[in-house]
Amino acid sequence: MHVFTDPENQRAYLAAFGWILKLTGASAVAALALGVLLAAMRVSPIPVLRGFGTAWVNIFRNTPLTLIIFFCYFGLYVNLGVSLSADLVRNNFWLGVVGLSAYTAAFVCEAVRSGINTVPAGQAEAARALGLTFSQTLRLVVLPQAGRAVVAPLGSVLIALTKNTTIVGTIGLIEASNEMKQLINDHGDAVITIFLVFGGTFVALLVPTGYFFSWLANRLAVRR
Amino acid sequence: MSDISVLYDHPGPRARARNRILTVCFAVVLAALLWFIYARFNAKDQWAAAHWNPFLKSSVWKQFILPGLFQTLSAALVAMVLSLAFGLIFAVGRLSAHRWVSIPAGAAIEFCRAVPLLLLMFFLFFGMPFLTHKPFPAFWAVVIALTLYNGSVLAEAFRAGIRAVPRGQSEAAYAIGLRKHQLMRYILVPQATRAMLPVIVSQLVVLNKDTALGYIIAFPELLQRGGNELTANYGNVVAAAIVLAAIYIAINGAITIFAGWLDRRLAARGSRSTARAEAAVLDVATGG
Amino acid sequence: MRTKRVVALAAMVALAFSAAACGGNDNKTGGGGGTSAATGVVGKAQKDKKLVIGVKADQPGLGLQTGSQYEGFDIEIAKIIAKGLGVDAANIEWKTTVSANREPFIQQGTVDLVVATYTINDDRKKKVSFAGPYYVAGQDLLVASDSTISGPADLDGKKVCSVTGSTPAKRMQTDHPKAQLQLFDGYAKCVEALSNKAVDAVTTDDIILAGYAAQSQYAGKFKVVGKPFSTEPYGIGLKLDDKSSCNKINDILKAAAADGSYKTAWDSTLGKSGTPAPTLDASKLTNCG
Repeated sequence: MHVFTDPENQRAYLAAFGWILKLTGASAVAALALGVLLAAMRVSPIPVLRGFGTAWVNIFRNTPLTLIIFFCYFGLYVNLGVSLSADLVRNNFWLGVVGLSAYTAAFVCEAVRSGINTVPAGQAEAARALGLTFSQTLRLVVLPQAGRAVVAPLGSVLIALTKNTTIVGTIGLIEASNEMKQLINDHGDAVITIFLVFGGTFVALLVPTGYFFSWLANRLAVRR
Repeated sequence: MSDISVLYDHPGPRARARNRILTVCFAVVLAALLWFIYARFNAKDQWAAAHWNPFLKSSVWKQFILPGLFQTLSAALVAMVLSLAFGLIFAVGRLSAHRWVSIPAGAAIEFCRAVPLLLLMFFLFFGMPFLTHKPFPAFWAVVIALTLYNGSVLAEAFRAGIRAVPRGQSEAAYAIGLRKHQLMRYILVPQATRAMLPVIVSQLVVLNKDTALGYIIAFPELLQRGGNELTANYGNVVAAAIVLAAIYIAINGAITIFAGWLDRRLAARGSRSTARAEAAVLDVATGG
Repeated sequence: MRTKRVVALAAMVALAFSAAACGGNDNKTGGGGGTSAATGVVGKAQKDKKLVIGVKADQPGLGLQTGSQYEGFDIEIAKIIAKGLGVDAANIEWKTTVSANREPFIQQGTVDLVVATYTINDDRKKKVSFAGPYYVAGQDLLVASDSTISGPADLDGKKVCSVTGSTPAKRMQTDHPKAQLQLFDGYAKCVEALSNKAVDAVTTDDIILAGYAAQSQYAGKFKVVGKPFSTEPYGIGLKLDDKSSCNKINDILKAAAADGSYKTAWDSTLGKSGTPAPTLDASKLTNCG
C-alpha cells in the first residue's frame, strides 16, 4: 500500500484518470453527434451520402484503433499540419479525441441504424402520408422512437469508448495504462496492489454505468 | 422498419433534380478534401517512390509483414477458441439456480468487461513476472487478456442467446423429464450457439483488431514488425501505416462479409430463435 | 451435429496455430528463476552452448533487424562476448527488446544478456548488473540541418521527442521540464516527426542519432548538434548477482580491445560513416561489485 500513500503517486494516478474522463467526455459528445449524422446519411435518398456513410463505417470498424490514433498524429498533425493546440500535451489530447470520435461514431451509426429498424414501418408511412419530408420524418417521428431502443447498445458503446481511451497513450499521453506501467516498473513489489487499484477504478466507473444503462433501457423499452 | 426506403417517397422530377445537385455538391466537397490531403502529403514527400518501393519487394513481405500477420491471426484464433470455452462456462454458470455459482460467475464477467484490455496486458506482461519470477511470453499475455475480455463478451452473448430460445423448448424439456443440465446441454446451448454464430464471427474481427495492442509489449505481430521494424529500415512510417491499414481492412472486411453470409444462411434455414436472438445480442457486439 | 464438427475443426486449427506460434515465440528457459550461484550466464553458455541475447531491432548502425538478420555494433560486440564464452554466433538466439523491457527481460530470465544501447545508471543497477562499459556515448540532440538549436538550453518551449522509458526521456523531464516532451515507442517515429517539422528535436544518445542521420532517405536533412550533455556508458546487462559472469565478460572485452576485434566490430558497422574507432578504456570497466 505504500505506493499510493506517496502524494506524488496519488497526483499521478488522479491526473491519469483525469485524462481518461476528459477523453471519454469529449469523444462521447462528438461521436454521438457524428454517429447520428452518419446514420442519417446511410438511410438518406442521396446515393453519394449513403456511399460515404457506408465507406466510413466499413473503414473505421475494420481498422485497429491503434492505427487510427497513429494516423491522427502522423496524418492529421504531422503531414496535414492540423494543430489543435500550441501545447504539446493538449494537442495530443485533441488528436486523441478526433481519433476516438471518428472510430466510435461508426459504432454509434450502426446502433442508431438498428434502432431505426425497430420503429414500425407504419410510423414512417404515416409520416409520409402527412406530407413530411425525409429530414422531418427522421427528426420528428423516427429518431425519437428509435432513441428508446438504442439506449442499451449506446451504453455498451460508451463503456467500450471509456476503455479505448487508454489507447491514446500510444502517442505519449500519460493516461491510466501508461501510468500503471510506469508504477509497476518502479515498484515491482506492489504489482498486485497497483493492478487492483487501476483495474478497480475502471470497474467502479464502468459496472455502475452498465447497470444504469440496463435500467434506463428497461424503463424506456417500448412495450409493443 | 427493415425497408429503409419507406423514409422517403420515390423521388419525382424535382426531388431527382435536387438529389442530383446535392450529389454533385457533396462529391465536389469530398474530391476537394481528398485532393487537399493528397497535395499536403505530396508536399511532405509521402508519395515518393522510395517510401513505397519496399512493398514491391517480396523479401519485405516474407520477412516482416507475413510473419507479423501470422502472429496476429494465430493470437486471434487461439484467443477465440479459448474465449468460447470461457464464455460458455461462465454463461451457464451465471444462469445457474445456485447463488454460490451464479454470483461469482457474474462478478467475474463484469470485472473482465470493465477492465481495459491494455491494462490486462500490461499487468500480465510486466506485472506477473514480479510474482512468478519467470518471463511471461508476450504471445500469452495478449491471448489471455483477449480471452478474458472476449470470453466475458461471449458469455453475455450466450446468456442472451439462451434467453432468446422460445420458452416452449424449456417447458417441453421439463415435461419429458430432462433435468436442468440436460436441458442446457441438449436443447438450449446448441440452439443458442446457432443463433450466436454471426456474433461469434464478428467478435473475431474485434479480436483481430485488438491483437494490434500487442505491439506495445513488443509482441511481434503485424504492427510491430511492419510498423516499427520495417520502418526503422526504410523510414517510411506513413506509407507503412497505410499499407497495414489496408491489410487490416481487407482481412476484417472479409471476416465481416463471411459473418453476414452466415447470418443470412441461418435465417434462411428458419431457426426461429435467430430473429429474437439477434435483437438480444445487438447490445453485446459494439465498440470493441 | 454439423455445428459440433465445425467447432471441433476450428478448435483443431486454432490449436495448430497456437502450437506453431508458441514453438517459435515462447522462450522457455530451462530451470526456474534465480541464477545458480556458481555459474550463471557463464555456466549456461558452457552447458547449453547457447545464449539468448536481447538487442535493439530499430537502431541503424547499432541494432537493426534487416529482415531475418540483426546488424550493428551492439550485435558485433555481443558476438565477441558469446565467442569468449564458448558460444558460436550461429547458436545465439537474438531477442528484440525495447527500452522499457530490458530490465524485466533480464530479471525474468527471458534473455541471458542485454546488449542494446543499455546505459549504466544507479537506478538500473538496483535491478540488474552491468559489465563494461564497452562504449561511452552522450545524450545529444538531432535537429534539422538549418536549425539554430545548439543545446538543451535552447529547448524551452520547443518540442523534443524521445522514447518512453528511456534515460534521455527521463533526463529531459527532470533537467529541462520547460521543453515539451513528445513520447513514442520507437525512434523511427520520432525521426519521422522531426523530418516533417512536427517536433523541433529528437534526443537520445549521439551514436543512435548519428545512425538515423546517416540513413540514405534522410541524407542531408539532419545534423547532430555535436555537444553531448551527459555521459552514457553502454553496458552489458545481466542478472543482478551474477558476479563471476560479469568479471568474465569484462575480461573478454579487455581481450577484444587488445587483439583488434573491437576495432573490427566498429569499422564494419558504425565506422562506415567515417568516424574512427574509439579506444576501449580497460581501466573504466566496472568492477562488478
